[in-house]
Amino acid sequence: MTQIAPPTAPPTREAAAPLVRPARRRSGGVRAWATGDGPHILVFLIPLFVAFGVFSWWPIGRAVVMAFQRTNLVTAPTWVGWQNFENVLRDPLLGVAVGNTLTFAVLALLIGYPIPLVVAVLMSEVRRLRGLFSALAYLPVVIPPVVAALLWKFFYDASPTGVFNTLLGMLGIPKQPWLQDQLTAMPSLVLFATWSAAGGTVIIYLAALISVPPELYDAAEVDGAGIWRKVWHVTLPQLRGVLLVTFILQIIGTAQVFLEPFLFTGGGPANSTTTILLLIYKYAFQNSLGGDYGAATALSLMLAVVLALFSLLYFRLTRGWSTS
Amino acid sequence: MEHLVSTADTDRGILSSADWRRRRVRVSAGITHGILLVSLAVVGLGPILWLAKSAITPTQDTLRDPLALWPNGVDWANLAEAWSRVEIDRYFFNTVIIAAGVWLVQVVVATTAGYALSVLRPRYGKVLVGMVLGTLFVPNIVLLVPLYLTIINPPLLGQSLINTFWAVWLPAGANAFNVLLVMRFFDSLPREVFEAARMDGAGPYRTFWSIVLPMSKPIIGVVSVFAVIGAWKDFLWPLLVLKNPDLQPLSVRLPQLQQFIELDVFLAALAIATIIPIALFLVFQKLFLSGAGLSGAVKG
Repeated sequence: MTQIAPPTAPPTREAAAPLVRPARRRSGGVRAWATGDGPHILVFLIPLFVAFGVFSWWPIGRAVVMAFQRTNLVTAPTWVGWQNFENVLRDPLLGVAVGNTLTFAVLALLIGYPIPLVVAVLMSEVRRLRGLFSALAYLPVVIPPVVAALLWKFFYDASPTGVFNTLLGMLGIPKQPWLQDQLTAMPSLVLFATWSAAGGTVIIYLAALISVPPELYDAAEVDGAGIWRKVWHVTLPQLRGVLLVTFILQIIGTAQVFLEPFLFTGGGPANSTTTILLLIYKYAFQNSLGGDYGAATALSLMLAVVLALFSLLYFRLTRGWSTS
Repeated sequence: MEHLVSTADTDRGILSSADWRRRRVRVSAGITHGILLVSLAVVGLGPILWLAKSAITPTQDTLRDPLALWPNGVDWANLAEAWSRVEIDRYFFNTVIIAAGVWLVQVVVATTAGYALSVLRPRYGKVLVGMVLGTLFVPNIVLLVPLYLTIINPPLLGQSLINTFWAVWLPAGANAFNVLLVMRFFDSLPREVFEAARMDGAGPYRTFWSIVLPMSKPIIGVVSVFAVIGAWKDFLWPLLVLKNPDLQPLSVRLPQLQQFIELDVFLAALAIATIIPIALFLVFQKLFLSGAGLSGAVKG
């Protein structure tokens, strides 16, 4: 099974010609369509229409409508205008959730953004057993996130005999409360999230590092650059494009963090890890009065719009920086 | 691995062969790489090895000295107990059934759509491709609630899909990334083959079944591996639509089981849940590490 090649071959020139016979195609008309490939193409498109129509396009459209409705599972939905948005914006938990999500995102950038880059740059110079290095770095990504989270929850045991506290004890560091304390709960979640995702980013950076043209290093050496200057003036600028993309992908990903607070802390202690997605989940599925689907979709739409605007702004501001 | 060992300057990295000849560089690079390898092993492999050890260690040993390299006694019964008494077998097979269905739906949607859009090319194809790719820009969270309500009350069916595997299988088909991958692969196939098949009188169905599918084994392999891994990892969606514990996959069941069962048996259950993904990774390592796994990064 090692022959599997990544589908990177670019479309060839001759691929540009449609398979439908040109004469028939030009003549057009319903008759020509019906006697040609037309109906057969539709048959092949049925799975696409069902999957995307029912389970993607329709729900997306419905989300926009539902945000302005009061929906329950019994009676027909009623229009409520901006009421759902007002309710969400008035919820005192919203500010807390936004703050926590921002904290998570910033911590994840501080901890999680540089680590894969450093690891990848170091790994790109490994001459033997590079496969072993990559496999080890990628292993945490393969473990099912739920299993990993439950395992780490045990590691985070706050007692002196907890796994991490024992490790810290060996290094002479006092025991930490980890998930039990408002101050350390969020950093603990970020630490786990970084561990479980960094491997994927390392592989992306490695692929980019391999495609840095060797001539650039040759040229830098001719100019008398040492190793650190080569890293600073050649490697990092060459990675600019991919670094810009992983940055925004990480922001978009961390803005939607759910699994970690849901499984580790349930949003506690004292709501210190309640994130925006956890709040959406609570609106819709943990409401004893029945799901507030309107509020949940209103908040998810607001989050999506903010992320879209942020991405647009980001790409506009960084347009000049990207290579190529 | 030969090509990595070669020192030809055509595939050089930051360090030149001149750098490598300097003793100081060689030694410090060696030390750095040694430290890197040990840290990666501790961080990447450590938790897995710990889990493997603890799965067959009595609870008392794990609690008293969690970092002991060798337990006092080996308790293989943990695995058997998790498998049968805690009914991990059922949740394991549920996960397998879910993954198999997701795999089938994703492969069918991606190959038929890819064939229609990349090989047959209807005139409205561009619009359709745009609509499919557009879904990549909509965060999943926007779909969560309306998709849930669609599953409760699906169009034309008149019957809720909650507590059926269809609720997980069908939405998985709407995966734009798969369609994109397969389309790019079909675009790269030589068109003469399709022309020749048509000359020989093969219709679009025969061409699809006897020519396109056999040729697209590599890309179907890629889609398959990521479909299975993705289904195995999925948590929030099955949690919402499979309320009946008898139908739940491991990822949904494990957090709830934690409260009821002993630590050693629970850790054994976690170990069982990890075996298939790790095995897939070991078998398809090249695929995961080649960057085709970017899908994982994109979907966060």
